[in-house]
Parts: sequence; C-alpha cells; structure tokens
Amino acid sequence: MNTQLESHNSLLFALREILEEKHLLTDKEDLKPYECDGLSAYQCLPLAVVLPETIEEVQKIVRVCESLRIPIVARGAGTGLSGGALPDEGGIILGLSRFNNILDIDDENMTMRVQPGVRNLAISEAAAPYGLYYAPDPSSQIACSIGGNVAENAGGVHCLKYGLTVHNVLEVKIVTVEGEMITLGSNTLDTPGYDLLALITGSEGMLGIIVEVLVKLLPRPPLTKVLMAAFDNIEDAGHAVGAIISAGVIPAGLEMMDRLAIQAAEAFAHAGYPLDAEAILLCELDGNKEQLNEQVSIVADTLRGANATTVVMASSKEEQAKLWAGRKAAFPAVGRISPDYYCMDGTIPRKNIASVLKRINELSEKYDLRVANVFHAGDGNLHPLILFDANRRGELKKAERFGADILELCVKMGGTITGEHGVGREKIDQMCVQFNLDELTQFHSVKHAFDPYELLNPGKAVPALHRCAELGAMHVHNGELPHPEIPRF
Amino acid sequence: MPSAIPSRDSSLELQQQVQSSLDLHSPLRIEGGNTKAFYGRPAVQTSNVLDLQKHTGVLDYDPSELAITIRAGTRLKDLEVLLASHQQMLAFEPPSFGINSTIGGVVAAGISGPRRAFSGSIRDAILGVEMINGEGKIVHFGGQVMKNVAGYDMSRLMVRSMGTLGAILSVSLRLLPKPEKEITYVLERTQKEAFIGSQKWRRDHIPMSATTWYRGKLYVRLSGTEITLNAVESHFLNVEKAEVLADDVAFWLAIKNHQHIFFQRISKPLWRLSLPANTPVIARFEGDLLVEWGGAQRWISNNAPANIIRSVAKRFGGYATLFHGQKQLPEVPPFPILAPELFALHKSLKRKLDPQNIFNPGRLYLGL
Ligand SMILES: Cc1cc2nc3c(=O)[nH]c(=O)nc-3n(C[C@H](O)[C@H](O)[C@H](O)COP(=O)(O)OP(=O)(O)OC[C@H]3O[C@@H](n4cnc5c(N)ncnc54)[C@H](O)[C@@H]3O)c2cc1C
Repeated sequence: MNTQLESHNSLLFALREILEEKHLLTDKEDLKPYECDGLSAYQCLPLAVVLPETIEEVQKIVRVCESLRIPIVARGAGTGLSGGALPDEGGIILGLSRFNNILDIDDENMTMRVQPGVRNLAISEAAAPYGLYYAPDPSSQIACSIGGNVAENAGGVHCLKYGLTVHNVLEVKIVTVEGEMITLGSNTLDTPGYDLLALITGSEGMLGIIVEVLVKLLPRPPLTKVLMAAFDNIEDAGHAVGAIISAGVIPAGLEMMDRLAIQAAEAFAHAGYPLDAEAILLCELDGNKEQLNEQVSIVADTLRGANATTVVMASSKEEQAKLWAGRKAAFPAVGRISPDYYCMDGTIPRKNIASVLKRINELSEKYDLRVANVFHAGDGNLHPLILFDANRRGELKKAERFGADILELCVKMGGTITGEHGVGREKIDQMCVQFNLDELTQFHSVKHAFDPYELLNPGKAVPALHRCAELGAMHVHNGELPHPEIPRF
Repeated sequence: MPSAIPSRDSSLELQQQVQSSLDLHSPLRIEGGNTKAFYGRPAVQTSNVLDLQKHTGVLDYDPSELAITIRAGTRLKDLEVLLASHQQMLAFEPPSFGINSTIGGVVAAGISGPRRAFSGSIRDAILGVEMINGEGKIVHFGGQVMKNVAGYDMSRLMVRSMGTLGAILSVSLRLLPKPEKEITYVLERTQKEAFIGSQKWRRDHIPMSATTWYRGKLYVRLSGTEITLNAVESHFLNVEKAEVLADDVAFWLAIKNHQHIFFQRISKPLWRLSLPANTPVIARFEGDLLVEWGGAQRWISNNAPANIIRSVAKRFGGYATLFHGQKQLPEVPPFPILAPELFALHKSLKRKLDPQNIFNPGRLYLGL
C-alpha cells in the first residue's frame, strides 16, 4: 500500500516537472469530467489527468509512467460508446485536447496533416476552400477527435462507398510506451514493412499514443441525390438492400430505420417520414450528372421491385437535408421516448439483415424491452437501441443481457460484435464469444510486442484469458448466465 | 456456389507440417505458385516446403455481399474467371507473374496493379484471414463484413508480410462490380503535363481507373457505364486531343503483368519508386522510366548505386524497392530500409508472433 502511495507521489512529482499546474489535474472536481466517455454506465476517477501540448511532453509523461508502471489511458474527445477512454483508477488520463492544430494542407496531393485532437468535422471545414473533404463522417463528427477516430477505426454514413478511417488515413505518428516516436505509413501509396498503420487503426489506445495523423482528402462530389423508400414489412426492406448492391450500384450511403425509430425521429425532426411504414431506407447517391441520373433510375426501379410502397426523391439541398435530419436526429429522438437507451453495434452480412431484425424483435418480446433500429444497412452495421429505465430495479442488467444476446446472434450469423464503436470495456466479455483462446492469445502477443507491461489502456479491448475461461465455464445455453446478479464488469 | 475451382482442404495436413517444424525448430518455406520467387530476399534454403497449392477452393461467395472467401492455394486466374462470370472483380487488379500465381501469394506479397490509385490496394480490400500461427494453431480473424473493429486488424497485417508472420490458409476479400465499359485514351504529354492532367481529371470526377506515362505518351483508362463514358468522350477527343487506344485490354494486361516493352527490354536492375504523386520529374531518373498511379508509382531501370536511388526517393518522401535485379545486386536489400525504432518494432512483433522463427525467415528483411 505504502509503496503504491510512494509511486503515486513520485508520479505527481515527476509530472509537475513536465507540465504547468493547470495542465495537471488532480482535484476530484477537476477529474470528474473525465470519469467516463459516451457510455456513462461505466465510471471511474483516475489518479490524475494530464493535458500535454507537445509530442516531447507526451514522450516525457509516457517515460515517467513506464518507469513507475502507471497505466495510461489516452483520451480524445471522450465521445466513445464502449468505455474505451474509461479511466483506470490507478492510472492517468492522457488527454489530447490541446493537440488541436491543423499542421498542413497539401492541395496537390490532397492530404492534410493534423494533430490528434482536431475534431473530425474541422478537417472537412478546413478542406472546403480547396473543394476537398475528409470522407469518414461519424455522427459524432462535430465533437469526436481524429485521434479517437483512428483509435476506433470510426465509420460513418458514407463509408459504404468511401471506406472507414483505415481507408482514409495515410500516416500516423505514435509515441510508444517506451517514449519513442515512430512513424507508421507514409505519404505514398505503399509503405515498406509490416502494415503497422492498419494495426494501430482500431487498436483502442492499446498499442501507442497517436500524436499526429496524415489524412487523405477527396474532391467533393459535384451532385448528390437522396431517395427515401417506405416498406410494409422489414424483410422487404432488408432484401432491398442486397438488391441495390446486386444491381451494381454502390450508394454513398444506405441507411435503414424501423417503425419505432421512424416514429421517434418524425416526432422530433419532422423529416416527412411515413408514420405507417414498418421500415424506411434512405439512399444517397453522388457523382456527375449522367452517372447520377443513371444510378437514380436503377435504384428507384430496384426499390419498387423490392416492394417499396413509396419512393420519394429529394433533389434540392433543402429536401435532402430534411430527409437526413430525421436520420441524424434518430439517437436523441429515441432518447426522448425513453429514459435511457443502450446502443449496440454489431455487423452482419447484408443477406442476413431481415432474419436478424426478426430475431431481435423476438428477443425484445422475451426481455419485454422495446428496441428501435437505426443503422448503416449498406454495411450490415446494426445499431439496435434498447430502451430501458435505469431507475427501475434490474432493467439496466436486463438491457445488457439483451444486448449481449444480440451480439452473440451477430457472431452466429457470420458477423462481428462491433462494427465501429469498439470493444472498450463494454464488450470485453463478448470477445470471448467471437474469438477462441488461441486467437485471443495472438492478440495478446501483438499487445506485448508494443506494450510488454500492459500499461496502455489496461483491461480494455482484449479480455484476459482467465476471464474468458471463467465465463466459458459459466455459459449454459443461449448465452444466458446462470447468476445474473453477479456483477460481470 | 458451384464453380470450376477444385475444392481441396489440406488444412490439417498443413497444420501438422507446421507443428512438426515447430517441434524440430526447422524453418519453413511457404510456397504458393512460386511465381514471385524473384521478389524480396531469397527464400530460406530448405526442403521443408509448406505447399499451399494443394489447399484450394471457394468457401463462401454470395455476389450480393460483394465479398468472397477462398482458400489460399486457389489460383488467381481461376478466381478472376469466377468473379468475371458474376460481373465482379478484385478492385486492386493484382499482377500475375505466372499462371500458377495463388491468392495467398498475392496477399502475402501485397502488390497491387494499375487500378490501385483509384479503387484501393489489396490491404483496402481484405476483410478476413484464416492462418496457421506461430503456435501451430489455426486461427481466424475478421470475416466477410467490411465494418469490424473487434480485436486488432490481423488480416491487414498479413498483407505484404511475405509469409513471415504465419501461413495464410484462406482470405476474405471485398469485391467490386465490374465496370460496364472501359476505354483508354492516349495523349501526347510530358511527364509533368501528365501529372497535371491526372490531377485535374481526378478533381473533375472523370472516372479514371488507371494511368500510365511512357516515352511522352499518357495512357488514361476510364471505367464506367456507357452513358458516363459517352459524357466525357468529346472532352477527351476534342479538348484534350486524345486518341482512342485500340487494343486497350492487351495494353493494361501487359502493364499489370510486366509484359509491356518497358519491362521486357530491361537489362539493368528494375526499381519501383513509391512517391507522393506530385513529386517533380526526377532528372536523374529520366532515362528509362514508366510512371503509373498518377505519378505515385514510377518504375526505373537504372544502374545507379542503390544508396543513391534510395536517398533520392527518400528526399521526396518516398521509397525505392529493388523489384527485379537481385541477381545483379545480391548485396542490396530489396525492400527499403526502415528507421531503426520502426525496425525494432518489426522484430519484436515477429518474435511474438513467430517465436521459433520458422515462417519464411529472412524473406522480407534480414533478421525478420
Ligand atoms: C452521438 C454519437 C454518435 C456516434 N456516431 C458514431 C458513428 O457514426 N460512427 C462511429 O464510428 N462512431 C460513432 N460514435 C462513437 C465515437 O464518436 C467514435 O468512436 C469516435 O471515434 C471517438 O472519438 P473520441 O475523440 O471521442 O475518442 P475517445 O472517446 O476519447 O476515445 C476512444 C478510444 O480511443 C482511444 N484514443 C483516443 N485518442 C487517442 C490517441 N490520440 N491515441 C491513442 N488512443 C486514443 C481512447 O483510449 C479510447 O480507447 C458516436 C458517438 C456518439 C456519442
């Protein structure tokens, strides 16, 4: 105990040498804003929060922590939805909010060099005068940081056509746990050696601290059109998704909402959605005039052929914005019809959308909890929102079990437990469902190559093997735990 | 999904061979079609060859998913025929240096072809991998879905690892619909004008899918529907004063597979320069030169000392790979030299993932 206290004292002493007082937070009320990320069900206060401004400061901080074996949790904007930036009670939060400068815009190569704390939307805003933009657009883009996007391999509405973060980042500079700065990737189309850039993307702060990012920019599409199709049943909508892709069209975005989501969104945003529909699809197409007209007619025909009851086309910017407004406001809108909701993030092959949605509805009856579905249908990335009331005894637990069932269903249907929100703390147990011990062992080997003492974001993303062994032993059938009262986190 | 590709599952046999190599500490040479033996550092001298050619077949292919899962020993050629019969293709247009080229080798070498600058590389297209790892276990990562952030990205890590991190058993790849039509225009342009042109067309959303500049001529391939290509036809013919290339399919095949006259006539070592696209014309390398990817990939056939070529590439923020010519320059490491801290990280990763150092030791770098 005393040695722990001593090491905490030496830590604070050393950190004071590196940072000004106002950038080293240790008072409880100063630490409070950092106790959780966007998933507030998990909370914990760190020992301290450090807010460095330069790469050298990051290196020094990391070296101090490494020598004292103090855990380090990197934090961007804290919008993560899986408890990835949840503090470790014996560790520090390394906040990157002061790394908020755009370093260079290279118009000819269509790239931008930014610090990790720059907001996602700020990149596209800075690129706009050049007719360029940064494609991955998570719904949280006004707030989330590019460093957090790289750490989570964030996606967005347009990643069906333009890819995820991993497809749009060219180079990243990291500070390793030893305090070395290493460049991964480059400003060319091939980099020699192992693809460590891909490895760091989506690594949830477990392998290194991202301190600089070079992103690829794209020319703005000249024209866009948005189609909305309504369906009488959710299966038809699910099949329409596959039919569009099979027709040879890759839409810029292809989103789906079910009845409850439509009703919540319509009440909130007045987007003009049909309230009697069981499901709607929103399909955005972009390109040159000729390309666009052709695609619009293919998609409209496909939708009608797939039993859409109505197909509405928005050409003007205003009409398009109105249709999107409902989708964009869907999460907060659902928040208004229920005291709490729990957002899931499984991905499944497109062909299974209809059957998985049906099964989710059955589970909803079983658990007696409502669920609204708003999701990236084109990628098969589901976001079931489970509605519950945390003030009712046992409901949070019930919602979590419902969520766990959904994720296990996704794995069974050939998919994954997380498409874009990451594993973090939240889905650590479902990792044991998706991966066997040999696979998890391999993840640990990767981790140890970068971080032998497991100081970077410990307890996240990849479960300890004994945890899975215990869980495995506890599993009976259907993923239902025999002792739900035992806390699992 | 029925196809003409023979289905042969040799995974257990392959796993046993890896296991006994681990037991005996005996290095393995992983081999597919053996068409890229010239590429990279020489393979380890051993009769312990892990022959992936006997592990073939399509495991899952539903065209509406735009994804396929195939065993690593499947021949690239067979795969391409299958995809074409469903009007689909591999977006990264991998080169084939021999009829027996296998998809496992394509992934491990990580070389992408002419379409790369416009529709992504092999690492952009890979979705999942099944492999035998350094513990002798068969493990799966990723799958057929594009969005998947559970665990570290082991699939992309296998691309261009040259078989040094494990033996790939099967891969899942993202596919693209085959364009309805392609047309290639030929324009008289200097290298610099070629860059400016490519840049401008890209920003104007001209549906380019490949560019090659060679000896004062710029070849631009456009891909799309009949309607979209018709829409830009008069611009190319009348404004750009371009001509239509008659045997365009053969031309791009020759570029892709290095059968174009530039590659055929080479007597000096062949270097591949990977550079930021806007890198100016490098006077020193103006001799025999072929430029692809809008300027981002430049092939030179040159006798200049390796360290000069490498330092020039580095000065512009790029890299030089000795692609062909290890015979002439056996002492030169074919792949660009990595920064010491970065190389240390490579070694540490290799040691963790292949603790007994049995998978293709030294094939990528000495000591890996
Ligand atoms: C309303 C809402 C909508 C959302 N919509 C989407 C969406 O459409 N698509 C999507 O993908 N996500 C979405 N998210 C999730 C979240 O915004 C993304 O995961 C985002 O990428 C997190 O960025 P951040 O800066 O907030 O990271 P944080 O939450 O601060 O951190 C996330 C993880 O990254 C690590 N990390 C952060 N910065 C660094 C760094 N510099 N170096 C190393 N590790 C680092 C942290 O340790 C943590 O593990 C949404 C969230 C909300 C609240």
